[in-house]
Amino acid sequence: MNRIQNAFKNKPIFMPYFPLGYPDLNTSIDVIEALAKNGADLIEVGLSFSDPLADGPVIQQATQVALEQGITIKKSLEAVKELRKRGVEIPLILMGYYNPMLAYGLEKFVRDAKDAGADGFIIPDLPVEESDEFVRATGPSPLPLIRMLAPTSSSERMEKIARNAKGFIYLVSVTGITGERKTISAGLSDLIADVRKHTNIPVCVGFGISTPEQAKEVGEMADGVIVGTACVRTIGRSENPVEAARGFAREF
Amino acid sequence: MTLLPSKFGIYGGQFVPETLMPALIELEEAFVNAKADVEFQKEFNKLMASFVGRPTPLTYAKRLSEKLGGAQIYLKREDLAHTGAHKINNALGQALLVKKMGKKRIVAETGAGQHGVASATAAALLGLECVVYMGSVDIARQEPNVFRMKLLGAEVKPVNSGTKTLKDAINEAIRDWVTNVRDTHYLLGSALGPHPYPTIVREFQSVIGSEAREQILLEVGRLPNTVIACVGGGSNAIGVFSGFVDDDQVELIGVEAGGSGIESGKHAARFGDEKKARVGVIHGTRTYVLQDEDGQIAETHSVSAGLDYAAVGPEHAMMRDNERAFYTSSTDAEALNGFHTLCHTEGIIPALESSHAIAEVIKRAPMMKKDEIILVNLSGRGDKDLNTVINEMKENR
Repeated sequence: MNRIQNAFKNKPIFMPYFPLGYPDLNTSIDVIEALAKNGADLIEVGLSFSDPLADGPVIQQATQVALEQGITIKKSLEAVKELRKRGVEIPLILMGYYNPMLAYGLEKFVRDAKDAGADGFIIPDLPVEESDEFVRATGPSPLPLIRMLAPTSSSERMEKIARNAKGFIYLVSVTGITGERKTISAGLSDLIADVRKHTNIPVCVGFGISTPEQAKEVGEMADGVIVGTACVRTIGRSENPVEAARGFAREF
Repeated sequence: MTLLPSKFGIYGGQFVPETLMPALIELEEAFVNAKADVEFQKEFNKLMASFVGRPTPLTYAKRLSEKLGGAQIYLKREDLAHTGAHKINNALGQALLVKKMGKKRIVAETGAGQHGVASATAAALLGLECVVYMGSVDIARQEPNVFRMKLLGAEVKPVNSGTKTLKDAINEAIRDWVTNVRDTHYLLGSALGPHPYPTIVREFQSVIGSEAREQILLEVGRLPNTVIACVGGGSNAIGVFSGFVDDDQVELIGVEAGGSGIESGKHAARFGDEKKARVGVIHGTRTYVLQDEDGQIAETHSVSAGLDYAAVGPEHAMMRDNERAFYTSSTDAEALNGFHTLCHTEGIIPALESSHAIAEVIKRAPMMKKDEIILVNLSGRGDKDLNTVINEMKENR
């Protein structure tokens, strides 16, 4: 059983996002290790990009800092290797925009990511229409490209996207960019039910979930809860980011 | 499958979040229907004539031609279109599509402010809510246009992220669009972005090329040898090129922003810098992009805000590869010289963007024969640039 399937044995799962290189490379590795060892079931490991058009101000600012600190794809993959060395066993999914992956070379990127110990990819600017090139690059026994669905996805699109989806579905809870919202979208349970008509793999919900209460509410409907902005904000603001990561993971 | 081809060779495509894909599909449908809809075309053409003032004239630049001593130079006068640049053609076309789609609100990005003004104008004319995103660096250097947008009822939102220029304005416009996509249209101003935008923008700008072709045939009785236009995203260039693309004997030249010179690294010459320009994906499209080794988008520089952008429209990338068009660059200094030259010889104050095309004319015309013809697209007027030019003159005194 692979790491992703294993992670979903006890649902719902908690999936924080944190970008490598923020506030600096070593701290970010410590933070991700702390999240992993204090309750995170899967971590979205952020790869920074200069123009993150699906992200709100908090993640924009954090990834900007990471870039100023000199983060690169190469250093990010080495960090994943380091996390495995430290005994992190949960799935680590690389989340980043397409251009840095293209610049690194898709086949090399996928191969090096696998060698480093990553378990899959989330690429917000790569819809199903454009993903063949990436899927081809992943070759045989590929790490999954996690498919995203949105509240605007029609039933036809859900079918087309979910049909070949692997790992889990990343369901964007609201139209918009990443960032905290005061309330959980009223239509979310219907949206999740719609998605489940098209697939049997786990459905995880992200965008706008910031408190343990909201996570609990979403966890009653979904198989996994993705928390990005609140995680980055809480840990980034703290004097002791690693301690904050422990607390954050335990709280959720 | 898309209704229209989504790619230009290997370039173009739709690299956007899933949330936006349905909006692109809806837009493509609306556009395909509008193209076949006689009423829509009639309405568009009527506005082009009665509101924009089309056809814009073709002006023979007699004194400039004499001064340069070579080719005869003709100017396609998009600076005389309402709002002072070619941007209005596309803004009105898309705004009419917005009405068809039943959306109430548009967001737009702007660099020099010309597209922002055109969008604000179209929104006022058709009763739409309009929000324009503009980098704070550009707001400072194109202040008159900011005021114009506000007068026209648009809200101008300063963008302070990243490089605070056009690239970041596009990021913010897309973020707004993805949040409000159900009732909002992104009125993209150049031949960039995800399909169907590059095709839509070319179609609405193709009026420049079709008029220019007809006008030069009427006036001179033959086609130009060379057509020259500046290229930021590339909408005015693709518009004028489209009129001549099937005439194999007509040479098409696009002029990028050479900034302080290619070797300085401070420029926006996507085709000119072999070290920094590679094929990549930015703002929904695959094209030539100025970037570093790690795929981070590079900072660009140009004296003209409208050319100050790290990527180029995907159709230009294809035309460069298949050598249907050729691309070169003019530096800031060359463009400023072009600006002053046109002011003195023809009594026309060109936009700094268009001045890059004039700079190329100044290089090229003297090497051509007197019976040869250059047609240059004068994409906009320079009133918005007076502050920039005054400051440059002070610095160089």
